Amino acid sequence: MAIVDLSEVRKSYVKGREEVEVLTGIDLAVEEADFLALMGPSGSGKTTLLNIIGGIDSATSGSVQVSGQDLAAMSRRQLAKWRSENIGFVFQFYNLLPVLSARRNVELPLLLTKLSGKQRRSNADTALEIVGLEDRARHKPGELSGGQQQRVAIARAIVADAPILVCDEPTGDLDRDTADEILELLEILNRDHGKTIVMVTHDPKAASHARHVVHLDKGQLSTGTDEEAA
Amino acid sequence: MSGMGLMWANLFRRKTRTFLTLFSLLVAFLLFVLLRAVAEPFAGGGVSVDGADRLVVTSKYSIIDLLPLSQLGEIQRVPGVEGVTHQTWFGGNYQDPANFFPKYPVEPRAYFDMYPEFAIDPAQLDAFENTRTGIVVEEGLLARFGWNIGDRIPIQGDIWSLKDGSRLWQFDLVGTYRHRDPGEAAPVALLMHYDYFDEARSFEEGAVGWYTVRVSDPEQAPAIAGAIDALFKNSPNPTKTSTEAEFARSFAAQIGDIALMATGILSAVFFTILLLTANTMSQSLRERIPELAVLKTVGFSDARTSLLVVGESVLLCLIGALLGVGLGASVLPAASVVTQQFMGPVSMSVDIFVQSVAFAVVLGLVVGALPALTAQRLRIVDALRRG
Repeated sequence: MAIVDLSEVRKSYVKGREEVEVLTGIDLAVEEADFLALMGPSGSGKTTLLNIIGGIDSATSGSVQVSGQDLAAMSRRQLAKWRSENIGFVFQFYNLLPVLSARRNVELPLLLTKLSGKQRRSNADTALEIVGLEDRARHKPGELSGGQQQRVAIARAIVADAPILVCDEPTGDLDRDTADEILELLEILNRDHGKTIVMVTHDPKAASHARHVVHLDKGQLSTGTDEEAA
Repeated sequence: MSGMGLMWANLFRRKTRTFLTLFSLLVAFLLFVLLRAVAEPFAGGGVSVDGADRLVVTSKYSIIDLLPLSQLGEIQRVPGVEGVTHQTWFGGNYQDPANFFPKYPVEPRAYFDMYPEFAIDPAQLDAFENTRTGIVVEEGLLARFGWNIGDRIPIQGDIWSLKDGSRLWQFDLVGTYRHRDPGEAAPVALLMHYDYFDEARSFEEGAVGWYTVRVSDPEQAPAIAGAIDALFKNSPNPTKTSTEAEFARSFAAQIGDIALMATGILSAVFFTILLLTANTMSQSLRERIPELAVLKTVGFSDARTSLLVVGESVLLCLIGALLGVGLGASVLPAASVVTQQFMGPVSMSVDIFVQSVAFAVVLGLVVGALPALTAQRLRIVDALRRG
């Protein structure tokens, strides 16, 4: 069953007097517990597509069904709540709050739940343990390496047990070895924890960690082969 | 961590800026507390004479109108009155108008009987009583002007002239007085002999500024005050009897509408603070637009995000207000020692505290409104791009 189901998705915006079409009729289905890499050159619409799947941007037309919900039919408030329960975001530049420790950054999504403070801390510690950073819980982002910050960001993405992770160039700011560690971590989350992962990348080596790869160029998709992903 | 923890952490992201803003708020609320404490009695409806053991009798229409000395005997005969004496405002300057301190012609012994809280050496009191040009001063004036007992002190009269037309009054310093309680300060003043003053002045002989009355039973103070005023109701010199505190405030109010002046000053101060704090909050918001976008990304609603922003603003103002109010409450007792001399004591009231807190909340809401609206309207994808 497809956990992400896009049909005829178009996205355009007005730039000056000109209407620019970023996505021109995307059809995409991502099965539950899949690990999909979305590749393409700069400006191909990868991030826009990812944002639409994650519910932080909307399609101009077409159907966007994620986790069984029609995102176009939801209000901003409903979308916010839906995101907190269904989507974990991982960004290229980590986007951690610099004033908070690693544990508190991870705890952020749990502020929206009814969990007690003690439970929130415990869940945050568990998420940090999964990403191998339990001994860095009290450190602030500025005191962590890029790879460690990205692990904290991944812990934040999984702490509320969201079934889908959307990752926008998660290794784009990391060296090769650190990037591999992060990709292996994503693989573990996909394989052992059943997370559905949609990852935007322009790096073929990063894409090789995914089960499937799709290419986006000039707003249109072309499906990769299993060999590409292997 | 809670929402409050998040606000707290954000508030101190740039410590120097936050501390400077807090300092500004502290000063503003300190001013608020001090000026409100001073203005409150003037804005109120006066002080009840209930429970007062000393009353002040002034002219009904203006405290600058003089009363005839002949009223003293009549007041003395009012049942419940234990003692009466009088004082008059002399004005005048010693060397320079900047050296201002109050000067009163008094009845030497009756004055110190009326104010047993002031201590004077008995020999000096005798000298004061027996020297027509004698004066006694609050002991602090000796150090202030380098005076010594026995000095001749010239005072240039501004209201009162001598019979020969001159305004230069010469007095002999015969003693000093102080408060019996070392922790309290006596009013800074120069006391002169009324008999000499009355004989020497060129006009208004036989008139006094006001009477001070000691009552035998403070519970009866309202009735006695009413009886005194009734006594002179239909005379050419009707009176108004009030507490000393109320009298002091009426005296100070001659310089203008103090409540209005305080309001004017506070309005200017808080308008400046409003701009300053609003600027701080706007800067803080601009710096973390991408972070607010992250909060929204992980599921914070528009309303919740804007609440965090406005909450931070209210928190900032509340901390500044509480620091200012705390400092104000600690300096008011010292300020009261000074103000007591000319307008009665000032103190921190519950009303002032409640007003400060309410004002801080309103200030925080106003200052945070625009940033909160910006945060609410923030589009995640646009904001993330700015990161």
